[in-house]
Amino acid sequence: MMSFVSYLVNGISLGSIYALIALGYTMVYGIAKMLNFAHGDIIMVGGFTVFTAMSTAWCPVWLSVVIGIVVCTVLGVVIEKVAYKPLRNAPPLAVLITAIGVSYLLQNLALLIFGSAARNFTSVAAGAPPFLTVFDDGRAPQFFTAVPADAAKPILTISMETFLSITVSVVIMIALTLFINKTKAGKAMLAVSEDKGAAQLMGINVNGTISLTFAIGSALAAVASVLMCSSYPQISPYTGSMPGIKAFVAAVFGGIGSIPGAMIGGILLGVIEQLSKAYISSQLSDAIVFLVLIIVLVVRPTGILGKKINEKV
Amino acid sequence: MKNVWTKVAAISLAAAMTVPFAGCSSSTSSDAGSSEGGKLVIGGIGPLTGGAAVYGNSVKNGAQLAVNEINAAGGINGMTLKLDFQDDEHDAEKAVNAYNTLKDNGMKLLVGTVTSAPCIAVSAEAAKDNMFLITPSGSAIDCITAGDNCFRVCFTDPGQGKIAADYIIDNKLGSKIGVIYDSSDVYSSGILDGFKAEADAKGLEIVATEAFTADAKTDFSVQIQKVMDSGADLLFLPIYYQEASLILQQAETLGLTIPVLGGDGLDGLIDQLGDKVAIADGVMVMTPFAASSPEPKSAAFTAAYEEMTGGEVPIQFAADGYDAVYAIKAALEKAGVSDASMSASDMCDKVKAAMTEITLEGITGTTTWTADGEPTKAPQVMKIVVTDGVGSYEAM
Repeated sequence: MMSFVSYLVNGISLGSIYALIALGYTMVYGIAKMLNFAHGDIIMVGGFTVFTAMSTAWCPVWLSVVIGIVVCTVLGVVIEKVAYKPLRNAPPLAVLITAIGVSYLLQNLALLIFGSAARNFTSVAAGAPPFLTVFDDGRAPQFFTAVPADAAKPILTISMETFLSITVSVVIMIALTLFINKTKAGKAMLAVSEDKGAAQLMGINVNGTISLTFAIGSALAAVASVLMCSSYPQISPYTGSMPGIKAFVAAVFGGIGSIPGAMIGGILLGVIEQLSKAYISSQLSDAIVFLVLIIVLVVRPTGILGKKINEKV
Repeated sequence: MKNVWTKVAAISLAAAMTVPFAGCSSSTSSDAGSSEGGKLVIGGIGPLTGGAAVYGNSVKNGAQLAVNEINAAGGINGMTLKLDFQDDEHDAEKAVNAYNTLKDNGMKLLVGTVTSAPCIAVSAEAAKDNMFLITPSGSAIDCITAGDNCFRVCFTDPGQGKIAADYIIDNKLGSKIGVIYDSSDVYSSGILDGFKAEADAKGLEIVATEAFTADAKTDFSVQIQKVMDSGADLLFLPIYYQEASLILQQAETLGLTIPVLGGDGLDGLIDQLGDKVAIADGVMVMTPFAASSPEPKSAAFTAAYEEMTGGEVPIQFAADGYDAVYAIKAALEKAGVSDASMSASDMCDKVKAAMTEITLEGITGTTTWTADGEPTKAPQVMKIVVTDGVGSYEAM
């Protein structure tokens, strides 16, 4: 029973990281109608930035995280301006190939600077006590307390990193939903995603809105990178590629272009991955994840929350 | 079309390589004019450039160190050694080209190749020519199955798994074994196959076998939880150190406290963990060689290697290359070969017979060879000990 809880919580934690990354994919797709395959590598850049900042003696953890977010935000906007904006009216395939090119560029730059060996990442919650420990001997569950050395082995431990991943993701998702539905800039995003031309005629700055979308998506990627590298404390130039692909799958799973869809898709993907690893086969977990994706897409081609758009002639 | 160009490039490269060595081979034959002594050319093949270059260069340096030492001590039965090491870029076709170049250069014995896939290709050629071949580090089984002229210094992957199982049983390290391995990697699954077969045969219980793949090698919480639930009392990790460092950190968080035993892929764990090395305290590593080993022979080798290469720390491949040259020396002395001008095939007949009779006190262990060419040596297991935040190996 406790193992099940542990699998589930770890699945939700992994899933909320996927969800944060998936938000970046889905927002950019919704507004710019392009798949930004460089998104996974922005995670990696965020991870390396925080890693480098934290290795300097004077930089406290919170400042390192802020630096990481700023660097990723700027990078996202610069990539959009330099690589994607000139192609705004080009065929979708050209933009897709450009995105793949940017992805390889970032990966190889990181290889050049940091080398291919994986580095040890120090968790932002290093030294913090576990969030929750449950014991077998009738004692009450302990929150935020270090396990005393003489205590019996706890039957369930939920680490601070797991707790942080879930909480931070939930807070960000709520804030993002509020931002999009309540603020002027958020409504402008909705309008641009609905109809770019009409939005422009209504006086919305389309280019500015697209830049803002890239900025938010990349900032979320930076947050995801900190959570991911803290939970799985290692960083290499390839760190971002697999989570990037999984998050893309999550975005499609939930319905690409839909923000709640990305959240549901991400969390479901994480939970399915962990539970199939636990109860079916640790070797086949990825195969099962993608099988579920295929089944969902066969039944609902637009994903769980995707809207069906009728092309008008 | 692309293939044609590759071939053209390979041929012209091979031709370019032969030219500067032409002088050497002619001087070899003039040296070998006398019936006693002369210059004995030992060939070497391995990746000196490309992705696997670290292995090739290590073997080359290790072998060169052995050659320097032997020559300084008066050679073998009056013959002085010359190492001619060619690059194969970890490519089978280039390795065969390098083999032919070496034959033109007057090679009599071959140390190589370093990596498995090229070794399989070259050993087939060497078997045809009856050229003596000893691979320092080709761990795939097929590296030395081409003929009785082929020998090996390192353990095979399944061989390493078998030895790990035997070691656990002999030293009563555990009775219920949990395993976490990389199912997408031949090295890892090869060790596991050997381990499983031996465990089944000897009645060692494997209670959990959990896999991960190259695409999902960051989150190990489920695998660790399952090992914990299985009631295992020893965790066996036939994997590389990058993943092992993550597993150890997550096991610490989840509260898995059983002892850990790993294969030679775990050598490097101390550096990988850096300031978090404390969690590796007590981890047992089965490696034939570790630079920081307290054993005097290894320490002397490490010092000499660092001096020759200007401070480079030797890895296991360097030790394998060093031992390969000393195995050749022991076999040549046993067979009483003293004429470097003898044909490669005749020399091979004498050396391969002698190989099964020698006992090499090598730095990768005291080794004897079977007629199949496989080494028999006791595993060296070292324990990581952390004192004041500094990790080092200690003999068990």
